[in-house]
Amino acid sequence: MSTLVTESRLADPDRSYRALIEAHRGLSDEDSAALNSRLVLILANHVGEHAVLQEAIALAKQSMEAAKDTSP
Amino acid sequence: MNTRKVLYQFGYRRCADQDRPSPARHPVVVVGAGPVGLCTAIDLAQRGVPVVLLDDADRIGEGSRGICYAKRTLEILDRLGVAEPCLEKGITWKIGKVFQNNDLLYAFDLLPEDGHKMPAFINLQQYYLEHALVERAATLPNLEIRWRNKVIDMQRSNDGATLTVETPEDCYNLDSDWVVAADGARSALRGMLGLAFQGEAFEDRFLIADVKMKGDFPPERWFWFDPPFHEGRSALLHKQPDDVWRIDLQLGSDADAKAEQAPERVIPRLRQMLGHDDFSLEWVSVYTFQCRRLERFVHGRVVFAGDAAHQVSPFGARGANSGIQDAENLSWKLALVLKGEAPESLIESYELERSAAADENIGHSTRSTDFIAPRSAQELRFRDATLSLARHAPFAKRMVNSGRLSMPSIYETPLSTPNLDHWSGSARVGAPLPDAPMRDRNGKSIWLLEALGGEETILHVPNGAPPPNGHRVFVLGGDLIDERGLFAQRFDASPGSTYLVRPDQHLAARWRHATPSMIESASRRMRGFEGGPA
Repeated sequence: MSTLVTESRLADPDRSYRALIEAHRGLSDEDSAALNSRLVLILANHVGEHAVLQEAIALAKQSMEAAKDTSP
Repeated sequence: MNTRKVLYQFGYRRCADQDRPSPARHPVVVVGAGPVGLCTAIDLAQRGVPVVLLDDADRIGEGSRGICYAKRTLEILDRLGVAEPCLEKGITWKIGKVFQNNDLLYAFDLLPEDGHKMPAFINLQQYYLEHALVERAATLPNLEIRWRNKVIDMQRSNDGATLTVETPEDCYNLDSDWVVAADGARSALRGMLGLAFQGEAFEDRFLIADVKMKGDFPPERWFWFDPPFHEGRSALLHKQPDDVWRIDLQLGSDADAKAEQAPERVIPRLRQMLGHDDFSLEWVSVYTFQCRRLERFVHGRVVFAGDAAHQVSPFGARGANSGIQDAENLSWKLALVLKGEAPESLIESYELERSAAADENIGHSTRSTDFIAPRSAQELRFRDATLSLARHAPFAKRMVNSGRLSMPSIYETPLSTPNLDHWSGSARVGAPLPDAPMRDRNGKSIWLLEALGGEETILHVPNGAPPPNGHRVFVLGGDLIDERGLFAQRFDASPGSTYLVRPDQHLAARWRHATPSMIESASRRMRGFEGGPA
């Protein structure tokens, strides 16, 4: 069973990041949230493994806690 | 609207136990004459165990309540002798459709193959099922139903329990080796043992209405997300016998239950949905749902079954169906234990198998409720994202959850003997047998499950060697003829294949080439003698 890859995999990370930004540019917060929800579902299906999805959720939550800990 | 009319009235009758100087002792007392208690009592009585069934009421009231009975439940009811009146009266269906707004998102077929005696589902008002069960119970001389006998106290001991029973005339005590508590979601017996009933409560309120009308909707399950007649919410439509339609409308968490049940509120909603007002309201009720269970179902000699043990939301029809499957799982085990043919520890496998089934049902029903009634803005976004993606991508269709309809559990159980060989086909160790059309020795058509009934059975495909010995052996091609080859297909049968079937028609073991000692050991294991729960 594969595990979540956290090493960089994208050939041009800046370009992919930019694609996400562009997708959201000009959208209201509500539309952005709706777009993200769709993206999460599409990407989760593409990942195709429940265990990897769980790891991704855990990593996301962990980074949020870390952000709270370091905020003043 | 909520005062229920009496549909069937039964009489309280004084019984001999009320006049005995010391309490009478019975092998089994079942408490609660709903579908689960009645099925348990009938199954036990059919297996030769004398049963007393107590109920605090003396009537079956209106209000359709549980309406969807699944294939496996119908197979059980068939063994209990009541499937025929239910099928005759019920609405048979197998197609479900899911709509968003006016558009059909997808349709599903719950039984895409033929060659099964029972359909995927029937819809039938619960009172018709209860009535059929009461009539069947009346034909069994070793089953005694005592109406208006209310259990008001229970004292447990190592070898059973003493019940204090209140009747319209007096109170009396009863001793019983075993007590089956099938007294429903508000189980009084659960309260008497001080047992916690834990789980999740859902805030959304739902309106359930039974409407009488001549409609031209097909006999299918129709579910809408965000329908034009009920914006932003969900709705469900089901056909019942007698031109009655079940309508289920999501109201939200802030709805006023009392106000919503008022006809002046309900009728306009329904008019909007149906597009006319040529209907009459039979029954209406506002519900919230809970998904919860007892931590343990077996407490010494007191065993909980059905809603008394676990409760689910109605999406998926997993309440009555799982309760009736509890009844069948418990009955054969209790009968064997009472006859001294199995150790008492066999009852522990009821705990294990039906607890896993309850978790599975609670899991499905919780996930369905999450999808149907999202609880935050983001939950709603995910839900709506899934619905809109479903029009473009197949993966999202599979995520759309309007209720995952009841399927029997496949038991991971110490009563099973693991496969040694490779098998294809739809039969699974731990699962109920797939049915198949057969002929008997005399050429008469018979369904496989009818032939099996409720006894431990060995099915054997001949290969020239002498057939196995066992409690009851059916040789394929002799005792049962696989007329259409569906047995061979569904059981991946080849010469020598041998199957051991439990009294509840679940598959306990199978071999390509069995030896007598393998079969003997699997049969003992199935009855809890070896490899059983510690």
